[in-house]
Amino acid sequence: MGHSLRGTAAIVGVGHAGMGEAAGGRNALDILGDSARVALAEAGLTIRDVDGLFTGSSFHFMPTLSTAEYLGIQPSYFDGSMIGGASFVNYLSSAALALEAGLCNVALICYGSNQRTSVGGLATMSEQQPYEVPYAPRYPISSYALATARHMYEYGTTREQLAEVAVAARRWAQLNPDAFEQADTSVEEVLASRMISDPLTVRDCCLVTDGGGAIVMVRAERVDDFEKPPIYLLGGSSATRHRQITSMPDLTETAAVESGQRAYEIAGVGPKDVDVLGLYDAFTINPILFLEDLGFCAKGEGGAFVAEGRIAPGGELPVNTNGGGLSCCHPGMYGIFPVIEVVRQLRGEAGERQVNGADIGLAHGNGGVLSAQVTAILGTAATL
Amino acid sequence: MQSAVDTFQGDGPDREFQNYLGRGEFRLQQCQACNETIFYPRVLCPHCGGFDLQWRLVSGEGVVYSTTVVRRREEKGGPYNVAIIELAEGPRMMSRVEGIAADKVNIGSAVKARIATESQPQGERHIVLFDLAEAGSSGVANAGGGAG
Ligand SMILES: [Zn+2]
Repeated sequence: MGHSLRGTAAIVGVGHAGMGEAAGGRNALDILGDSARVALAEAGLTIRDVDGLFTGSSFHFMPTLSTAEYLGIQPSYFDGSMIGGASFVNYLSSAALALEAGLCNVALICYGSNQRTSVGGLATMSEQQPYEVPYAPRYPISSYALATARHMYEYGTTREQLAEVAVAARRWAQLNPDAFEQADTSVEEVLASRMISDPLTVRDCCLVTDGGGAIVMVRAERVDDFEKPPIYLLGGSSATRHRQITSMPDLTETAAVESGQRAYEIAGVGPKDVDVLGLYDAFTINPILFLEDLGFCAKGEGGAFVAEGRIAPGGELPVNTNGGGLSCCHPGMYGIFPVIEVVRQLRGEAGERQVNGADIGLAHGNGGVLSAQVTAILGTAATL
Repeated sequence: MQSAVDTFQGDGPDREFQNYLGRGEFRLQQCQACNETIFYPRVLCPHCGGFDLQWRLVSGEGVVYSTTVVRRREEKGGPYNVAIIELAEGPRMMSRVEGIAADKVNIGSAVKARIATESQPQGERHIVLFDLAEAGSSGVANAGGGAG
């Protein structure tokens, strides 16, 4: 089938660490190192085997250099392209390309952040936008609030529907022992929580946590050397239409339209083939926009689509089964976590939250203020 | 023929924008190739890649494209509005609608521009704010609009 990159690389190890609050004063690179240890152990590899490094950071201006130094490796290929939280989904494609070209043999995609136990809020190196500064929007929430308000205006999306996204995430989190937020919640509680930037309340916003994740990728020809069932990258693509929210051509439609279309085309699949989704949920509006833009429902129908538990446990479309950025963890940049969760689902390792018979998963990363959109389609050996 | 050094002399686009605001003129760049009016100021047209941009007076008329209220605590000054205004000439800009409660600003409302000056540690900063356009008025903040 199809595109020359489809299925050329596979994920043979994943790991996470420090999710929620990391113990013992660990710094961002410690948490990254802990995560890499888990992922490499799954693959039966050591840090010495890593010759491809793909990482971004909220703390290190030159993340590949700081990380390579910390890990004590001299990779033959590295990429630290910074497109916010979407970076880590983007690294799947760049790692697959580098592996395919023989520029490296073992790719490590990794991230670590101790933002909760260090700064206690969002750690970001994002510059302020000069033509926004005089009006003091709160970064990044006011940008997402403006997109949400426009979606409500054009399509009648309601705060209750937004709250359904938060409630679904929490119900998934309650099935994931590693998720940070476990308490019961309800639409009423989300609606009654503190307004931050209208129409978004604190419960419409992702968590502020620590956490790290790591992914080991190799060429598909080698998958028999590894213990875990290989999860193949079937397709991936990135897209952008803007950096700052005032430059977004249409506040109700993201560049996920393009990233999704291209990823589906490479993978040779469509939305109806997808069994499980990880959608970057920095705010409750995100999954609504991405379900529309990735073709799971028509534009404007995302609010109604997520209502009545459709994306919650037991619903017809499992989205963010780890609890998402809203309830599992959000250590500044979340993009590596939807990939890790989709891999675990496709391996059949998701315990109480396992989606039965999941063969094709979609992980979608978001960066900036809806600015970077990256879609990856992953599949089991049965999908090759 | 100008040398490259000559071509790239003079005030940059950000400073030119500020200079015009300082004189009470709300001007934006208009591309001479495709006629689009652009914001924010830059050295080329993001619509067609053209480099021939001229500063034109704009009408100051616009519509609220989206709006939010930043819920700042009362002791720190209270809530305030942040809006995206779509200008009659096409481009959108971030701003604030004043003269009305922050949470009473509605998408779709007609607004008109006003230039305000704030003192900053590094000097004066001129910014564009918006008020609701009064019913029946032209809403023109800078009379004499049209191509500059
Ligand atoms: Zn042009």
